[in-house]
Amino acid sequence: MTIEELRKIAETEREAERKFQHRVCVCTAAGCLSSGGDHVLDAIKKEVVESGMKNEVLVKGVGCMGLCSAGPLVAVESDGKMFANVTPEEAPDVVSSLDTGAGGPEECPTNVPFFERQKKIVLENCGKIDPERIEDYIAHDGYLALVTAIAEKSPQEVIQEIIRSGLRGRGGAGYPTGLKWSTVAKTGEQEKYVICNADEGDPGAFMDRAVLESDPHRVLEGMAIAAYAIGAQKGYLYVRAEYPLAVKNLKTAIRQAERLGVLGNSICGSRFSFHVDIRLGAGAFVCGEETALIASIEGKRGTPRPRPPYPAESGLWDSPTLINNVETFANVAPILRNGAAWFAAIGTEKSKGTKVFALAGRVTNTGLIEVPMGITLREVVNEIGGGVPDGKKCKAVQTGGPSGGCIPEAHMDLPVDYESLKSIGSMMGSGGMIVMDETSCMVDVAKYFMEFCMSESCGKCIPCRAGTQQMHGILTKITAGEATPADLALLEELCDLVRNTSLCGLGQGAPTPVITTMKYFRQEYDSHVAGEGCSAGVCAGASKGGHEEVAK
Amino acid sequence: MLTYQGSPQLPSDDKRWKIVEATARRHGREPHALIETLHTVQECFGYLDDSALRYVAMTLRVPLSRVYGAATFYHFFTLKPKGKHTCVVCTGTACYIKGAPALLTAIEKTYGVKPGETTPDDELSVLTARCLGSCGLAPAVVLDGAVLGKIGREQMLGRIEKGIRQ
Repeated sequence: MTIEELRKIAETEREAERKFQHRVCVCTAAGCLSSGGDHVLDAIKKEVVESGMKNEVLVKGVGCMGLCSAGPLVAVESDGKMFANVTPEEAPDVVSSLDTGAGGPEECPTNVPFFERQKKIVLENCGKIDPERIEDYIAHDGYLALVTAIAEKSPQEVIQEIIRSGLRGRGGAGYPTGLKWSTVAKTGEQEKYVICNADEGDPGAFMDRAVLESDPHRVLEGMAIAAYAIGAQKGYLYVRAEYPLAVKNLKTAIRQAERLGVLGNSICGSRFSFHVDIRLGAGAFVCGEETALIASIEGKRGTPRPRPPYPAESGLWDSPTLINNVETFANVAPILRNGAAWFAAIGTEKSKGTKVFALAGRVTNTGLIEVPMGITLREVVNEIGGGVPDGKKCKAVQTGGPSGGCIPEAHMDLPVDYESLKSIGSMMGSGGMIVMDETSCMVDVAKYFMEFCMSESCGKCIPCRAGTQQMHGILTKITAGEATPADLALLEELCDLVRNTSLCGLGQGAPTPVITTMKYFRQEYDSHVAGEGCSAGVCAGASKGGHEEVAK
Repeated sequence: MLTYQGSPQLPSDDKRWKIVEATARRHGREPHALIETLHTVQECFGYLDDSALRYVAMTLRVPLSRVYGAATFYHFFTLKPKGKHTCVVCTGTACYIKGAPALLTAIEKTYGVKPGETTPDDELSVLTARCLGSCGLAPAVVLDGAVLGKIGREQMLGRIEKGIRQ
């Protein structure tokens, strides 16, 4: 495969698309699939054939368009229209609206902040290309970065480009990606591995899922570029077994890429070979931690081990291993294609580029969004998210999943970047963003996350195994209205202990939801303990027995 | 010391064992194929029973304790057969905030089963999922593979009843 050959495939594909007068894209990613997107696709395809418009209308199933709450979504590319909540019965309306330009099912305006305030890099192809066809990806400049890198750049130059871009790990911690790559590259000539962490375990997060389902080749290309840069020959994609569509699309993508020679042996006729294998996760949250993930790929129980040595020096089968998140890999090809300076111009001083968030909870527009770093939380929730529905007031925004914190409404003018979120006790995390209104009790939310960490603790280190259990017990007592002020003091002490003495990120992060809710919503804890009840009306027990307990 | 030459005898003539065997072979019977092989067993049989665990241990030449350890460590694997119908209630953050606990209470009241349990007549298994990734449809329930989004208590109970009666 040469650059010319790649360009030819792209041109042929674009020309084939241009032949059609109308292009109709139907979302068939998980969100819309759950509301019947596949049936809508079949119905529209059938309708097009029956009305004899087979040669004028191209119908294709595409990935996530973002606005999952209005699914199934159908976009008419040729006139920029989008239809929401489409049913298979409405297929004739969709098709007849193509020629007249009017009518059709419920229209979804695309000139609203939800679409206009976003900046798409990672999701640029999501909702535009057919994830099951490599040609469609190539027609959107796919694999151009990989082929160009192999033909024209040295591995060192690729790493320098990534360093200059300022890209940081999108898994949550924000470690500089270029630095990680160069550490692995420096380990000399030996067996090395590239691992893509797609074990998206945070409840309320579905960014990686959407990317894998909608644009799988982008992740493979990113992995292959990384492998070229660090000198690895073998890669693993560790995907949750709970994401069957993502697994299916990835398998198809790997097969197509190998057939075309952009993966596999001697890629593009060079000496560089790279094979990717899929490994299924089995529902253990802790496997998102890199050393636990490696143990799981080795076929063991997913328990973490102390670091150092970091995987960059000794990882999978004790070989140097590069582990990056799905979103990190998805950023690699655009950076090489458009240059590091282009990427570095987006975002804030220390956090470059964009971040994908799964916006959910008590917000009007739920779905997948990509915003430039530095945008404020208020803009995300009120403008892109369309605010809190039913005239309710926003109370808090939760970022970072079970290891993240609850940010109160008062802090919503904070820019979204790694440092700012950390400064108020939360974290960027992988990208779950849950909006809560007055109907959520913060103590109950803290209990929910603690229950999660308690059951997901691998049991290896005592602070996490026993500490989460004890903290959950106290939180249960508080919500039942049976706690005393002494319990609150003990809870605070335990938070400190578990955070500082646990082995891995799961234990260290487990107290964060409690710490942030105690910091910003202390009055809710106090009123539960004092028997004044739960202001959100969630904890039924808090208003009854509690008072007598304290009085005794 | 166990010294097996080649593959051990299949537990029964059930053709599904050949699929399991193929997975083990594809990974060269290396111990690291343990989780992949367990996935195949569960995909073929629906759950992992004693004979399956023993067979996987022998064919991959790993101690039975390690097989049992992995099978019980990972939530995805189940050692008990499921009922005829399964109802998975998503308890991800978005679904939790939008009322998943009430759905679980309703199921428990109506059918007397808690998450992870099966009704005595083997009709219905109730499970919870950490997050289905369908947060836009919260609260979401998966009934026999079909996702029911933005669902209320009564509506859900109606669908379960209909599913069981069919």
